[in-house]
Amino acid sequence: MIGVIQFPGSCDERDALSAVERVGEGRLVWHEETDLTGLDGIIVPGGFSYGDYLRAGAIARFSPAMEAVKRFAAGGGPVLGICNGFQVLCEAALLPGALLPNEGLRFICRQVELVAEDFTGPFGSAIGAGDRLSIPVKHMSGRYFAPDEDLDRMEAEGRIAFRYAPGDNPNGSVGDIAGVVNEAGNVLGLMPHPEHAVDPLTGSDHGLALFRALASASQAAAA
Amino acid sequence: MKAKVLIRPKEGILDPQGKAVERALPALGFEGVHDVRVGRLVELETDDPSKLDDLCEKLLANPLIEDFEVELVEK
Repeated sequence: MIGVIQFPGSCDERDALSAVERVGEGRLVWHEETDLTGLDGIIVPGGFSYGDYLRAGAIARFSPAMEAVKRFAAGGGPVLGICNGFQVLCEAALLPGALLPNEGLRFICRQVELVAEDFTGPFGSAIGAGDRLSIPVKHMSGRYFAPDEDLDRMEAEGRIAFRYAPGDNPNGSVGDIAGVVNEAGNVLGLMPHPEHAVDPLTGSDHGLALFRALASASQAAAA
Repeated sequence: MKAKVLIRPKEGILDPQGKAVERALPALGFEGVHDVRVGRLVELETDDPSKLDDLCEKLLANPLIEDFEVELVEK
């Protein structure tokens, strides 16, 4: 069972839940819930949690549910953060780096081409290195940043999960980075929205790969 | 005690807001303005100013991308 966190101001939790239900079972987790018993995987979805006041994700990181997610992640449970969820996970220091306002200062909403890296952890073993995924982005603050020394270490440890395809970096992210994992590889964050790419009717179903990866990581963690 | 916290993008980090403001100025006849950086100001009242730095590092600023300065204002 996969839990999708719902903050006040989340807006993609239902799409994420519907994507989960194409590959397994899921339920919403209200931001005041602190008991994640029975959940084998967690999604921190997109939106504008708590209005994104101060900085995107800055307030959400202190929510009761996020404290529970931190414990869940520390125990090795798989966590997938999408867009605002990625920002929240960075603010919570579950992932390295930060997301800054887009270089062009515009809200960007379009399909992008992602290239999967050879990265560590359960998500990495479920997604083939070099796979190309066509998935939409829609964000105002998606410019990934981390200090050079952190980037070098992440490269060496296989913690860059996805890059925008050459020439397709929409926001000025350093190293074309679209997604990263934590040290153990069980926490993955990315700016593009795989939950909006689960049916060819709306452009592509390449996003399903992420939800299948989460489902298999969840089964492995539960076993 | 009243305090003002000034938060700004760290040096070396591209500030597109500052760039946009800078580019808008010549159109209004303001020539020769460079290196515009846009930050934010948080005003607050606190009973315990000794905790301000901690509070800034944990919430008001993200030390990875922002610098902050605390100014105490005597009433």
